Amino acid sequence: MSAHADTHAHDDHGHHHKETFITKYIFSQDHKMIAKQYLITGTIMGIIGVMMSLMFRMQIAWPEQPNVLFEALLGKWAPDGVMDADIYLALVTIHGTIMVFFVLTAGLSGTFSNLLIPLQIGARDMASGFLNMVSYWLFFLSSVIMVLSLFVEAGPAAAGWTIYPPLSALPMAQPGSGMGMTLWLVSMAIFIASSLLGSLNYIVTVINLRTKGMSMTRLPLTIWAFFVTAIIGVVSFPVLLSAALLLIMDRSFGTSFFLSDIFIQGEVLHYQGGSPVLFEHLFWFLGHPEVYIVLLPALGITSEIIATNSRKPIFGYRAMVASILAIAFLSTIVWGHHMFVSGMNPFLGSVFTFTTLLIAIPSAVKAFNYITTLWKGNLQMNPAMLFSIGLVSTFITGGLTGIILGDSALDINVHDTYFVVAHFHLVMGISALYGMFAGIYHWFPKMFGRMMNKKLGYLHFWITAICAYGVFFPMHFIGMAGLPRRYYTNSNFPLFDDLANVNVVITIFALVGGAFQLVFLYNFFVSIFYGKKAEQNPWKSNTLEWTTPVEHIHGNWPGAIPHVHRWAYDYSKPGHELDFVPQNVPMKEGEEELQH
Amino acid sequence: MDTTVVNTGTEGKTWGGGNQPLKASYGKMMMWFFILSDALTFSGFLAAYGFSRFKFIDSWPIADEVFTHVPFLHGQELPMIYVAFMTFILIMSSVTMVLAVDAGHKMNKAKVTIYMFLTIIGGLIFVGSQAWEWATFIKGDYGAIQTNGGNILQFVDNEGHRVALRDFAIVDEHKTRVEDQRKSGIWFTDNESLPTFTLEEVVSGFEANDNILIRTQQLTEDGKKTVLSREESIKQLKANGKAVVEGANLHVNEYGSPLFADFFFFITGFHGFHVFSGVVINIIIFFNVILGTYERRKNYEMVEKVGLYWHFVDLVWVFVFTFFYLV
Repeated sequence: MSAHADTHAHDDHGHHHKETFITKYIFSQDHKMIAKQYLITGTIMGIIGVMMSLMFRMQIAWPEQPNVLFEALLGKWAPDGVMDADIYLALVTIHGTIMVFFVLTAGLSGTFSNLLIPLQIGARDMASGFLNMVSYWLFFLSSVIMVLSLFVEAGPAAAGWTIYPPLSALPMAQPGSGMGMTLWLVSMAIFIASSLLGSLNYIVTVINLRTKGMSMTRLPLTIWAFFVTAIIGVVSFPVLLSAALLLIMDRSFGTSFFLSDIFIQGEVLHYQGGSPVLFEHLFWFLGHPEVYIVLLPALGITSEIIATNSRKPIFGYRAMVASILAIAFLSTIVWGHHMFVSGMNPFLGSVFTFTTLLIAIPSAVKAFNYITTLWKGNLQMNPAMLFSIGLVSTFITGGLTGIILGDSALDINVHDTYFVVAHFHLVMGISALYGMFAGIYHWFPKMFGRMMNKKLGYLHFWITAICAYGVFFPMHFIGMAGLPRRYYTNSNFPLFDDLANVNVVITIFALVGGAFQLVFLYNFFVSIFYGKKAEQNPWKSNTLEWTTPVEHIHGNWPGAIPHVHRWAYDYSKPGHELDFVPQNVPMKEGEEELQH
Repeated sequence: MDTTVVNTGTEGKTWGGGNQPLKASYGKMMMWFFILSDALTFSGFLAAYGFSRFKFIDSWPIADEVFTHVPFLHGQELPMIYVAFMTFILIMSSVTMVLAVDAGHKMNKAKVTIYMFLTIIGGLIFVGSQAWEWATFIKGDYGAIQTNGGNILQFVDNEGHRVALRDFAIVDEHKTRVEDQRKSGIWFTDNESLPTFTLEEVVSGFEANDNILIRTQQLTEDGKKTVLSREESIKQLKANGKAVVEGANLHVNEYGSPLFADFFFFITGFHGFHVFSGVVINIIIFFNVILGTYERRKNYEMVEKVGLYWHFVDLVWVFVFTFFYLV
């Protein structure tokens, strides 16, 4: 014991410092507190993002009908309670931006990477607590700027979350293209800096700070997912930065990178020679890996929760790791499938079709491994497990339509329709959200030392699951019928009159599902203060975070850091009394290490 | 945990945990991954540059004809000489940086100080040279005419040598040319400053000189710019001439496609900003070296980390140099 304490003595920085309120709760450098800060900020951004979607869903279902809610929330943007077309586009834009970047990237990765990486690999904290703190506060700053952009006079950015030029490049293109777009770009530039600092920390922490015995093949799959996600982030976000900087040059300094000959009301602008397709290439070089930045952490969380709650080793550990790596690699060479109708060379389209369809292979490996892990397991149906199984379901449903959309010949028919909306909401939106919910239910005891209410959790899951499919399943059909996405109203097109009722049904599901998220929020915030006290290892899990005391201490373990003797999935191993063997339990005499 | 020593089963394995598998501290590794990310930012820019250049592959300016100036040697065509000098200085500053890092490993404070100083000087010379290069590029050389379609028409004599506007334009002494300026009260419509000559002066000068021809942006099959015949030249100039262009800015440039200038300013500017911040960081480290901070810390790893960044900035320049000046 004492020998170990010596080896880790240099890690115990800050162990005995007196903490003030500010260093403990605000400018904290402790990864557990930073994780909570990310979670709370992400949750608040999530509430804003979901509220927006409910508002524009109501506009789609009951186009141009007066609504008291609009009048109260949108003010001048809803004269007499009728939603204005400009604010509709702005809401769609900011909903997408907030959900993709602020909730499912920073909220999900930020929370669980920070919480779990040091705890599960056996480290006292992140490699650099200071940079970790800076990373959170940059994220906070970018969130504030994004929310502030809602309040500028001409309204927030309204060019869609993909901010294609010229709508984003010409300040006079639409109301939101002025100040709103500027703030959007500033916010995202800060967000990229935050993401970079966070990712650097995650990567070096996993490489350098694993405890003795925690070899790469003994890492829990959560850590593998966070690790690879961070690498994808380091590789793809900078290209978005390139695009954003060039866009800022076009907007403010008169360059022509993304703008070609343009006339506005008969007046010739001086732009010459640029190409908006170039922006699309740069944007989607980030944009597609971003899908996996959102999804992989959720899949990692699911792997952990499904194995724990099936009381079985994860099926195909090495295949899972390989598929994460394969997805990461392939994600960087498929961006063109977003651009089949953008005027890209059709030959390139066929190349991107090929690489895109390749992604189906590692994705299918993951889906089958989840199912085979569940197979004949001793399933513990707690809310975290339900959400994880829900993720497997939506991942498969959304993934199947991905095969259709990845094929240029098929995609062209449904491009920019609700079919696409249905696809990506299921496969990355809902799936990642389920992963986030699962993670919160599962690690709530670790974060707050208390349990969440199970019954409310069941209620939350079943209503959410029904409503999510209720919203997004019919969208496939209206998409195939040709209904385009992002339209303010479809009532001008008699062609779509038959679909009006479907849109009403979708909106009702959305409203009910949205309202029932209040159950989750209630459960979450009340449980922080009044939940049942948690025991040390409530889910009888193998990973190291459950060997730390329930009360948080700086440095995670009161004594020496435990050593690791086995992989994370020794559930129901023959020869052991209990159906789980934590990673820090030494091998018995003659016990074989399982590696799958 | 009990007190008996239990094997974890990963003893002696590089990636077994409890060690630094890449034999690098976290700070050094963060620098490496930061460099990876920054490299991708530059790749984004250079890919965008390639994309745009290939779009205009048959009319892109020829770098050898653009960057021909060397300070103190006016009027001589010395393509690439100065930029080669800049590149050499930058690479030499990488060499002195390597020597500084090496001296740091040997804990030789005096040598680290000297080599860090030389590195800073090299960086400053490079940034200064770049400022000069920008100034020359902005000021321009021969001048040209922009057509209604946004193309650039340049002037050559019978032998194909470039002719400057000032050498043939006939200046109208009686003209009254008023530039919109703030001081003339039209401050809110500040126009671009007027060129030295008007279009009419250039046209009349052109008509008076039989031996001048027009050279268009279009490249011929052997990679030279197309030269029009005298008749075509006059027709082209009169029918399509729109404005006189001298030098380069973000809207227009006398060498050809405005995108050439846009990318030149942006990418060399972004790189120059990196060099500049590298110099600032080097200065901070330099003073830390003098103050003995790393002597007390018993390692010069900080010098190594900024060294990594410095080498990266140099390496990026090699690519920028290749794509803008050489090919």
